[in-house]
Amino acid sequence: MTARPRSRMSRFNVSALVLGLAFLYLPIAILVIYSFNASKLVTVWGGWSLRWYAEFFNDRAMLDAAWMSLRVAAVSASLATLLGTLAATALSRGERFKGRTLFSGMLYAPLVMPEVITGLSLLLLFVALNAERGFWTVTIAHTTLTMCFVTVVVQARLGKLDRSLEEAAMDLGCDPLRAFVSVTLPLILPSIVAGWMLAFTLSLDDVVIASFTTGPGSATLPIRIYSEVRLGVRPQINAICTLVLGLITVVIVAASFATKLTSARGEGAAPL
Amino acid sequence: MSARRIFAGPARLAAIAPCLWMVLFFLVPFGFVLKISLSQTAVAQPPYLPVFDFTQGLAAIKAAFAVLSLDNYRLLVSDNLYILSCLRSLVVAAVSTAILLLIGYPVAYAMARLPQRWQGIAMMLVIVPFWTSFLIRIYAWINILQHDGLLNQVLLALHIVSAPVVWLSTDSAMYLGIVYSYLPFMILPLYASLAKMDPALSEAASDLGASPQQTFWLVTFPLSLPGVVAGALLCFIPILGEFVIPDLLAGSDSMMIGQTLWLEFFTNKDWPVASAVAVVLLVLLVAPLALYDRLQRRQLEAAR
Repeated sequence: MTARPRSRMSRFNVSALVLGLAFLYLPIAILVIYSFNASKLVTVWGGWSLRWYAEFFNDRAMLDAAWMSLRVAAVSASLATLLGTLAATALSRGERFKGRTLFSGMLYAPLVMPEVITGLSLLLLFVALNAERGFWTVTIAHTTLTMCFVTVVVQARLGKLDRSLEEAAMDLGCDPLRAFVSVTLPLILPSIVAGWMLAFTLSLDDVVIASFTTGPGSATLPIRIYSEVRLGVRPQINAICTLVLGLITVVIVAASFATKLTSARGEGAAPL
Repeated sequence: MSARRIFAGPARLAAIAPCLWMVLFFLVPFGFVLKISLSQTAVAQPPYLPVFDFTQGLAAIKAAFAVLSLDNYRLLVSDNLYILSCLRSLVVAAVSTAILLLIGYPVAYAMARLPQRWQGIAMMLVIVPFWTSFLIRIYAWINILQHDGLLNQVLLALHIVSAPVVWLSTDSAMYLGIVYSYLPFMILPLYASLAKMDPALSEAASDLGASPQQTFWLVTFPLSLPGVVAGALLCFIPILGEFVIPDLLAGSDSMMIGQTLWLEFFTNKDWPVASAVAVVLLVLLVAPLALYDRLQRRQLEAAR
């Protein structure tokens, strides 16, 4: 380990950064390139082609799974954003309250809890409640997991916010709810949007929890991909993965765009 | 100050809905795991006994309680399979965390040394893979590591090996997959603690005659320890219960505890034993989880 405080970027630092990023991105790039491979053999390059995409759009079962996943992701992300924003507000603005420790513990634990435990425990609950397993059980499970991520994202933003803004609004006669809706909410909107996007992509990604909580006939896209992947590499899976990556990229770009737009506006409104 | 207190009341009310949700869908389910881990396997729907039937009054519930037993746990202790999968999980999680630290630290260190305007971009580049699908990233590696995959093609073309090497279904592939998937979790907390550090401290150390190595080990590294602990926990805890990566990349001869749970549940349909395995995994996690919770709390209190 060479630390050179004087020259800020040593050769060692540059190579660490380049190698680290290459390690993160190269496999994904290779996957995307091979999804356009005309050859049936995944490893032999046969020229550019879109045939595997066409195959996906003719695969009824895969399309159904994709549709199920998109619905689950949209509904659970919205629920998670609502609950997570409420939780973040309570944690960062509620000062001390009874059960705060338990409350925050319940919200932080799922962030690192192994998915097999979360999945199994939710399934046992659904079975005990005699709930029919399918769309709603997966949606509830994903909401439970992703609201914790939303809480962390929104709470970080609330912590950085200048609280004198809320206080000023109330000094000028707003009640707390009004102050929150017309002052705090617009200022934390970027983080709420980012939280929704994160929840959406996490839900779109999950195999383990969905496998436990779904019922027969309602597999999500990751469950289908997973069972195909276990059987080996197929070019069609490369195409599906590329489509999912494309969707996620659009979501990330939209999120960062929304964040920039609203934070620029927010800073304009808060010249403190 | 008073406005702040007025705000606090309604803000606390906001806790009600998320709190009820988490109690119902996070806390209560653990009760079911615990209860079913004490039940017996049955060929029935649901596949365990006793089933609590609250409509039949107190006597029936008491009778159901009497049937609960520790048999499943006795099975776990008596069968090598379970003990070995516990040990394997601990070893894999510890080794992976160490590798992650070795790779993640230099990257985070370099990020913190970047000019200010590049730091945001570098952080974005590290976060983006975290957003992209975890399953897809593992699948990308299967593409590369398979028998006639890119890695073997390159190695053969460069005459480094004379015959294709078996990469898939080995422990090296599993470690590679784990390190690849969890690297952002390690880099981000490390970067956060390194970026906060005042560069004047290391400059002062070298002005006072410390060599770069001494500066690093006596000043920089000790100051980054909170980030090291946070990153290590953020990786160690989920890796301990990891299922997808070992299932897709490691061989089938030895299993991690997450795989054992999955096998008992989906293949053997033995819900009580699967629940008992979950309880054991939770017990393994109690200490690191408590440490993680304390760190998280201290950090947030500091930010408030």
